[in-house]
Amino acid sequence: MPNATPFHPRTQALCQSYKWKDWSGYCAPCVYGMSPEREYNAIRNGAGLLDVTPLFKYDVSGKDAARFLSRVLSRDVRALKPGRMTYLCWCDDHGKVLDDGTCAHLGDGRSRLTAAAPALHWLMRHARRYDVTVADVSDEVAALALQGPTSRAILRDACGEVVDGLKFFGVATARIDGFEVVLSRTGYTGDLGYELWVDNAHALALWDALSAAGKRHNLEPVGLDALDISRVEAGFVLRGIDYTGANEALIEAQKSSPYELGLGWTVTLERDGEPFIGQAALEREKREGSAWALVGLDVDWPAIEALYAEHGLPPHVPSAAWRSMVPVYRDGRQVGRATSGTWSPTLKKNLALATVEASVSEPGTPLYLEWTVEWSRQVVPAVVTKTPFFDPPRKRA
Amino acid sequence: MKQYDAIIVGGGHNGLACAAYLARAGRSVLVLERRHVLGGAAVTEEIFPGFKFSVCSYVVSLLRPQIIRDLELPRHGLEILPLECSFAPAVDGPGLVRWPDARRTREEIARYSAKDASLYPEFGREMAQLARLVKPVIDEPSPDPASLHPTELLRLARLGKPFRELGARGIHQLVKMMTLSAADFLDEWFESDVLKAPMSVSGIIGTYLGVRSPSTAYVMLHHYMGEIDGAMRAWGFSRGGTGEVSMSIARAAQAFGAEIRTEAPVAKLLMRGDEAAGVVLADGTELRARVVVSSVDPKLTFTRLVDAKYLPSEFTHALSRYRLRGSSGKVNLALDALPEFTSRPGDGLHIRGDIAVAPSIDYLERAYDDAKYGKFSRRPYINVVLPTLTDSTLAPPGKHIMSCFVQYAPYHLATGPESWPQHREAFGDTVVDTLEELAPGLKNRILHRQVLTPWDMEQDFGLSEGNIFHGELSLEQLAFLRPAAGFAHYQTPVRGLWMCGSGTHPGGGVMAAPGKLAAERMLKERAL
Ligand SMILES: Cc1cc2nc3c(=O)[nH]c(=O)nc-3n(C[C@H](O)[C@H](O)[C@H](O)COP(=O)(O)OP(=O)(O)OC[C@H]3O[C@@H](n4cnc5c(N)ncnc54)[C@H](O)[C@@H]3O)c2cc1C
Repeated sequence: MPNATPFHPRTQALCQSYKWKDWSGYCAPCVYGMSPEREYNAIRNGAGLLDVTPLFKYDVSGKDAARFLSRVLSRDVRALKPGRMTYLCWCDDHGKVLDDGTCAHLGDGRSRLTAAAPALHWLMRHARRYDVTVADVSDEVAALALQGPTSRAILRDACGEVVDGLKFFGVATARIDGFEVVLSRTGYTGDLGYELWVDNAHALALWDALSAAGKRHNLEPVGLDALDISRVEAGFVLRGIDYTGANEALIEAQKSSPYELGLGWTVTLERDGEPFIGQAALEREKREGSAWALVGLDVDWPAIEALYAEHGLPPHVPSAAWRSMVPVYRDGRQVGRATSGTWSPTLKKNLALATVEASVSEPGTPLYLEWTVEWSRQVVPAVVTKTPFFDPPRKRA
Repeated sequence: MKQYDAIIVGGGHNGLACAAYLARAGRSVLVLERRHVLGGAAVTEEIFPGFKFSVCSYVVSLLRPQIIRDLELPRHGLEILPLECSFAPAVDGPGLVRWPDARRTREEIARYSAKDASLYPEFGREMAQLARLVKPVIDEPSPDPASLHPTELLRLARLGKPFRELGARGIHQLVKMMTLSAADFLDEWFESDVLKAPMSVSGIIGTYLGVRSPSTAYVMLHHYMGEIDGAMRAWGFSRGGTGEVSMSIARAAQAFGAEIRTEAPVAKLLMRGDEAAGVVLADGTELRARVVVSSVDPKLTFTRLVDAKYLPSEFTHALSRYRLRGSSGKVNLALDALPEFTSRPGDGLHIRGDIAVAPSIDYLERAYDDAKYGKFSRRPYINVVLPTLTDSTLAPPGKHIMSCFVQYAPYHLATGPESWPQHREAFGDTVVDTLEELAPGLKNRILHRQVLTPWDMEQDFGLSEGNIFHGELSLEQLAFLRPAAGFAHYQTPVRGLWMCGSGTHPGGGVMAAPGKLAAERMLKERAL
């Protein structure tokens, strides 16, 4: 039985669809209204408010906090300044990704790590040799994502000018109605957006303050379905969907390295002092090359229209993103699998994220994706494309 | 002097799309726009400080998704926000809202007729089937049935295939649509006026016909095509106003190397012998190009730009019968607060789509009666949208824009089209009064009012006779007959002169198809 997040009294009252799902033990709305479309549009055009409390959150403090984190994470965070956040992943000894998440330097030697899956045991196990305290604040800190072009205006109305100076991946503390909120200019939508972190006790007050400020700025509560469309457009991988955490994989073939997931840019191989966990394996992989690559696919839409037309049907795409393993081919040979995809309402393109053999991962490579129409399996052309598919300047501006 | 491969007359969205496709194919292109802004009828202008109006066209329905992909318009700023529902308010009673949610729509219609409610989805399916059949027609140049050229015959045959699949019943429906009026056609399906009236108006938009005029049923089908794309989510507002469609196409064209000049009105063609060799601007500047492509309507093209002596008399005659007869006006309001419809007060999803003032078929026909005798309708059909509810870039927070498309406002007033300026404000008052009856208190919320009559559309926007589509989208002026038989493939009787505006196949609306198809045709014919 899933738990309720501290925002539940509000989200439940708003969720007319009765569609919820279990997200890390919490119940989370898939969609508030009829279809995710309007919620998606809130994200791309107004702003969407999303309960992201179910993320796992760990506060790491103490003299050795930065050194410790740099040991367990594949990214060197010792240089991360107070008020900055960064995206990263962490690996097992064999350089296979356990999870991906963010690390924020909150000041006073305190950092906060977010994760998609529980990581306490992993952190504690490696903490022993360091002067650090690792606190699991997952159930104490509630979190909201406020995403979309009007999010800055909403936050400025809700908590003042502190927002103006907040750069992409910046972190700051603000006060709303007398309580403290941590703001970070981050998100999982590839748009201008923020995440807000607050003690459970003030969760409802935060929701209400944002809702009130959002009235004039096209704010809508949004569910996970809309998030999923935007995160595919943004080219973000999702643990458990696009890859399997190494600690949950049943066989070697299910594991992936950061390079294979397109997260190579988050790995700091060059560093002095202690190596990080999985470093040797990743150095080798970097030298010798990776077997797989996670790529974007731009699936040929006219070809899909033609397939449907052969059946006398209008083309159809589900209004939500899909998540299933679908074979990818080249010259009739299977070279990988797509793991999630969506019709992009903004780009008018049919997009997918896929893991393919490294030799066919160059942008522009023509591949084929299986596509089923009326129970008949066909293939349609799909071109390897750089991600993010959609990258509006306002995200960084 | 520099010679361009192509000079395009008019920086409306079709001229710009044509330029983008030509430049993408490596051609040197210059676009010349008369006004200070680009976009033509697909334009955003800050008419009142802080309020950006989609001055003319206000919803994007048929913009071809292929063009969005080809030109990477989202990268150049295009974002389309779907319009979700359609509200027909009533003076008393709740009116009718058609939602994207089938169950809710059924409940709405069932208030008036349980029978209609159960039939409504079937109607939608049948229209979608028929529209699908017509759709290839708008994505390709029109086949010419009079031509015996093998490729033309082949294309006709291909279009014929889906017709065969349609079966007897489908063909029956299609023939009916081509002959019946919108009202009669809907009568065969439904009984409640509250439902039929707002449905029927898609048969008369941009025409000088009434909902009881024959063949208006067919025009409804054109609008259902928007709905099939609608499933692909192409029906909606463009963020930043309709002008952003044009601007994103302009940016794409420039990225491909096209040059664009505003405040550069073209006075006439520059001729070399009896071939077009470029253009002469109003200030006398001569500019040369291998081809000139006109995106202005056929009447302007062949009466202003081209000297009549270069045109075969048969062609001139055919064009003189080309029907423009503008019949619509536009009233754009800047509001201090949202209107409150007595039908359904308050803010809500129901006012985020389009709002149709079309209470009954009789109301619509009476509106047409006025127009028949050269007056604007005393109680007109109005299509209202409040884009600020979905797009916060258009007005200051908390303020709103109410865009009202109005029919009928006949270009040919009984007192003559040039008398429109004297009637402009009275026409604006009529529109506001009509709305005030449905949303009392509206008048007090108006901060600014812009009234656009068909005369203004002609004078300011270069739309002959104020026709919003560069010529009615009636059956006898579509496909291989647009703009004239034998000239449906973007070429003209003047060598070196081509056309690419809404006056060519597949016609008006912000779909950019004529611009694209014209460019493709020219490239294929090695015209440049
Ligand atoms: C009031 C109104 C409402 C409408 N509503 C909708 C709607 O909601 N949805 C929809 O899909 N469609 C709508 N339409 C129709 C649609 O806007 C037009 O069909 C379309 O925009 C026409 O595009 P175009 O590029 O073919 O021509 P235009 O937009 O007419 O472009 C022609 C351009 O040529 C310029 N020009 C004229 N003469 C010269 C010259 N001598 N030299 C240089 N430049 C010149 C003009 O200034 C203009 O910019 C509406 C139209 C109007 C007028």
